[in-house]
Amino acid sequence: MVRELNFENRKFVIGGIAVTIIVIYLIRLFTLQLMSDDYKKNADSNAFRKDIQYPSRGLITDRKGRLLVYNEPSYNIMVIMNDQRGIDTLDFCSTIGITRDEYIRRMDDIKSKKSYSRHTPQLFMSQIPAEEFSMFREKLFRFKGFSIEKRSVRHYAHGMGAHILGDVGEVNESDIEEDDYYKSGDHIGKLGVERSYEKQLRGEKGMRIMLRDARGRTQGHYQNGKYDKAPIPGKNITLSIDMDLQALAESLLQGKLGAIVAIEPSTGEILCMASSPTYDPRILVGRERGKIYRTLSRDPHKPLLNRAMMGTYPPGSTFKLSQALIGLQEGSIDPQIAFPCHHGFNYKGLHLGCHGHSSPTPLVPAIGTSCNAYFCWNLYRLLSNKRKYGSIQAAMTRWKDHLVAMGFGYRLGTDLPGEQRGMIPNADYYDKHYNKSWNPLTVISISIGQGEVTATPLQIANLAATIANRGHYYIPHVARSIQGSSLDTLYLRPRHTMVSPHWYEYAVAGMRRAVLSGTCRAANLPGIEVCGKTGTAQNRGHDHSAFMGFAPMDKPQIAVSVYVENGGYGNVYGVPLGALIMEQYLNGHLSPASQAKAEMFRNRHIKYSSTER
Amino acid sequence: MSYISISSSSRPLSDSKYPLLRVDWLIILLYIALLAFGWLSLCGASHEIGDTDFISWGTRTGKQLVWICCAFGLGFVLLMLDDRYFDQLTDILYVLALLLLFVTPFIARDIKGSLSWIQIGSVNLQPAEFAKCITALAVAKLCNQYGFALDNMHNLLRASALVLLPMLLIILQKETGSALVYLAFFLVFYREGMPGSFLFTGFAAIVYFVVGIRFSEELLPATKTSVGEFSVLTLIWIFSIGMVRVYCPHSRHTGRLASGGLITMATALLVSRFVVPFDVAWAQLGFCLFTVGYLIWQALSERLHQYFYIAVFALGSMTFFYSSDYVMNHVLKAHQQSRIRVLLGMDTDFSGAGYNVNQSKIAIGSGGLEGKGFMNGTQTKLKYVPEQDTDFIFCTVGEEEGFVGSATVLLLFLGLILRLLYLAERQTSKFGRVYGYSVLSIFLFHVFINVGMVMGLTPVIGIPLPFFSYGGSSLWGFTLLLFIFLRIDAGNTLQQQRR
Repeated sequence: MVRELNFENRKFVIGGIAVTIIVIYLIRLFTLQLMSDDYKKNADSNAFRKDIQYPSRGLITDRKGRLLVYNEPSYNIMVIMNDQRGIDTLDFCSTIGITRDEYIRRMDDIKSKKSYSRHTPQLFMSQIPAEEFSMFREKLFRFKGFSIEKRSVRHYAHGMGAHILGDVGEVNESDIEEDDYYKSGDHIGKLGVERSYEKQLRGEKGMRIMLRDARGRTQGHYQNGKYDKAPIPGKNITLSIDMDLQALAESLLQGKLGAIVAIEPSTGEILCMASSPTYDPRILVGRERGKIYRTLSRDPHKPLLNRAMMGTYPPGSTFKLSQALIGLQEGSIDPQIAFPCHHGFNYKGLHLGCHGHSSPTPLVPAIGTSCNAYFCWNLYRLLSNKRKYGSIQAAMTRWKDHLVAMGFGYRLGTDLPGEQRGMIPNADYYDKHYNKSWNPLTVISISIGQGEVTATPLQIANLAATIANRGHYYIPHVARSIQGSSLDTLYLRPRHTMVSPHWYEYAVAGMRRAVLSGTCRAANLPGIEVCGKTGTAQNRGHDHSAFMGFAPMDKPQIAVSVYVENGGYGNVYGVPLGALIMEQYLNGHLSPASQAKAEMFRNRHIKYSSTER
Repeated sequence: MSYISISSSSRPLSDSKYPLLRVDWLIILLYIALLAFGWLSLCGASHEIGDTDFISWGTRTGKQLVWICCAFGLGFVLLMLDDRYFDQLTDILYVLALLLLFVTPFIARDIKGSLSWIQIGSVNLQPAEFAKCITALAVAKLCNQYGFALDNMHNLLRASALVLLPMLLIILQKETGSALVYLAFFLVFYREGMPGSFLFTGFAAIVYFVVGIRFSEELLPATKTSVGEFSVLTLIWIFSIGMVRVYCPHSRHTGRLASGGLITMATALLVSRFVVPFDVAWAQLGFCLFTVGYLIWQALSERLHQYFYIAVFALGSMTFFYSSDYVMNHVLKAHQQSRIRVLLGMDTDFSGAGYNVNQSKIAIGSGGLEGKGFMNGTQTKLKYVPEQDTDFIFCTVGEEEGFVGSATVLLLFLGLILRLLYLAERQTSKFGRVYGYSVLSIFLFHVFINVGMVMGLTPVIGIPLPFFSYGGSSLWGFTLLLFIFLRIDAGNTLQQQRR
């Protein structure tokens, strides 16, 4: 009973807490409303308005500092609904070149927006062309409630590199949701470098805190701008792209479908990355962007697709180098061992054809002449070595691991959005596909880069760069330096393959031999030791023409891969285009003979049916 | 001492026929006054100058008017129910509520990151609002058991579990604000016998955190000690001595500990001032640790476990302070740190939560004594204050009705809470009393956090102001809470008359 009474007294504590809280709040109310002047210095009762100030977006230059992308001012027309009245609509419409219907439609659009407010400036029309704008500015005083907001719009100095540079457009709902930095109407990088380096390029928005009176009129800076924040301009980016090389590569691909990629082996910097067909990046700017984008996306040849890293193709014979390296490392071949080739690989009733050349051949000449039989034997011996691996599945896994370490089968992780991973089949894949009953002969075509194997031209160029480096590569990337900050360490760390460097000398020797006396003789440049390898990839239509190579042999400065869809043998398009690219980069120009050759290739177009792809 | 449990009484139904006659009309009056005031504020918050249409369905005020009418209907129905149902249905209702809370995040629509709204037709309902009332009933029923008191650990844990379960489920809906409301039940537990030191410990933790972080960057003159650390260690010392004095009244140690601490601190400060500046906190920390050891030794030698608990309190206090300091500086992300710093007034932030609070303070401050008049608030009209018709609605009251109006609102709330306190105390059943305390604690918590937040005194936690904030769910939730209690109270008066 005593205990109970004690507890009953607690009602005073609880009541006391309630009274205390309310009394404290009353005192607070009193100080806020009656004691303090801070909140009502002005009889009009001031309020803040946050004015966003937009930073200028970072510039983009090529590896030699030549300007590729820059900004130009553009103007948006804004309207405060509450203030606009008595507008001469006819005059207004004719000044900015719209119809009365469009005027009404735009006004209705503004009112139906979710974030609509009658008291704040709303976007009426964006990116007014210069001449209309100057007319409008002169008459602005007549259009009460309308104002001008200065923004900038991206300009592309040249009509090339669309896939690398990408473009800038208005943010959509999901962008805003993902990052609350963005507000409706802001710009964001949509494709290419503009997208992958958006955070660096965009800079940081600034803010001015303005005082307003009760009618929303601006009265000046709050506390003399003490809390204002100046916008931080975006960082400039220097790309590793060589503008001249890029221009040459794009022109060589005119009228063909395909891609050319060149990499500096010692750094992984991408020197050029051309994909055909392409488009002029300048057309994706301004008010018509949406319409043109839609047209491009409907084009059956897919100009928006960056074939250099989104196109996955059978690598064909270029793949044989990876096979030679795996074979050497795993011991299924050695440099001396020779295999017979009687117009192909014949075993247990299976025949896989090859062109005529001397037989039997050891490794280096086999690479030089691109002997199919040699590489079939190599993979056959590897996969059927049960003593070493225990099972064909384990051998297959080992094979796949090697290729993954060389950058195949997964995205390389380049700094451009949308990269594809290609395909390197593993044991699971075949177990499922063939219901576990498969043998080395079932899958033998992967040894020559056919069958299930696919890779992007970027991955093939990376293979060339790895061989040039004798066993390691850097993740290919297009950013060379970013103003005021360093490159992601991802791109600065060498990745080593699982093949020891000394085996690479044989791959190099084989590729050198291909140029001197094998399939790539056309790649032989005077005064430069070029290494190369053709590829002719079979597919449902005409063969794809491919090439990969690097030069010079001992101090490699460039590794290149060329892929031309339905171009025929590797030496029809692949070799000559690759040679031109290497010559341009290493010599800084093309010899007159090469210029004529380049001109010839520019005008050689391949006919594609528009329905096929 | 005997409790009359409602469910066990076997009075005839006819007795409860006219509950309307015995209902506490003062509460109903306060309820209607607050609703009216709330609706008028909503007009100010959600309409622009010159609007005259307040009642059509397309406007928020029109919708709110419909919710208010529904609430009246709900209240009437509740008063006509037999009050025995509340007790009998509690268990099943509680289980159902938990189930509903559990499934809500799976079927809810994502509204601003919160997964607490269920869409039924064109209406969105928030189960968390109704769960409060059911939890209150469940707690009341638990406490109503014969001989149940909260001064033992076992019972306290059972009661806490009843409260923490729905709280946890609501946190899973990402509605931390609504979940925190359940902390209000600890005030009820206190009334029912929970040791006061529990409340005091919670209070001390908040003080340590606020003082410790707020003044962590200012140095005490002539020392290398931050004001925050110095103050918190001093507080721990004072609290410990205070506890010794309260819980062991005949102890000789109070004086010893007090003088020992004073001498230590004075010496340390003097050495730092005149000999070599050093971190005085080390001396304080040393003395606090000495105190802990001393108390444990006393606990062992005098066989008084109070000393032991006080030692645990002192040690826990130090651990809490240093770990919160560590968490603040090393665990929390930069944006979380900045939020706390803004809240404690160490930084000014014009873009995040600080902006909202600053704007709402301006709006309230600009109201002056009499306010700008109904529908004449400019700050709110210019949409400077976000959420101005839900969580931040009190600033419309401040701006349009001034000090007079907002003080009236606060006093109306105080009146409601104190009247509820009076009614709760007069209940003949423990069930009624506990339920009544739950109702008043929940109201108190809402008013405390919401109004404090708008005036920049408490953290920005998104919970509605009862009867003011726009929204049917919260209005019905509060109506349910209040009218069930009114019905129980009316039933009680009946019984008293019968006796």
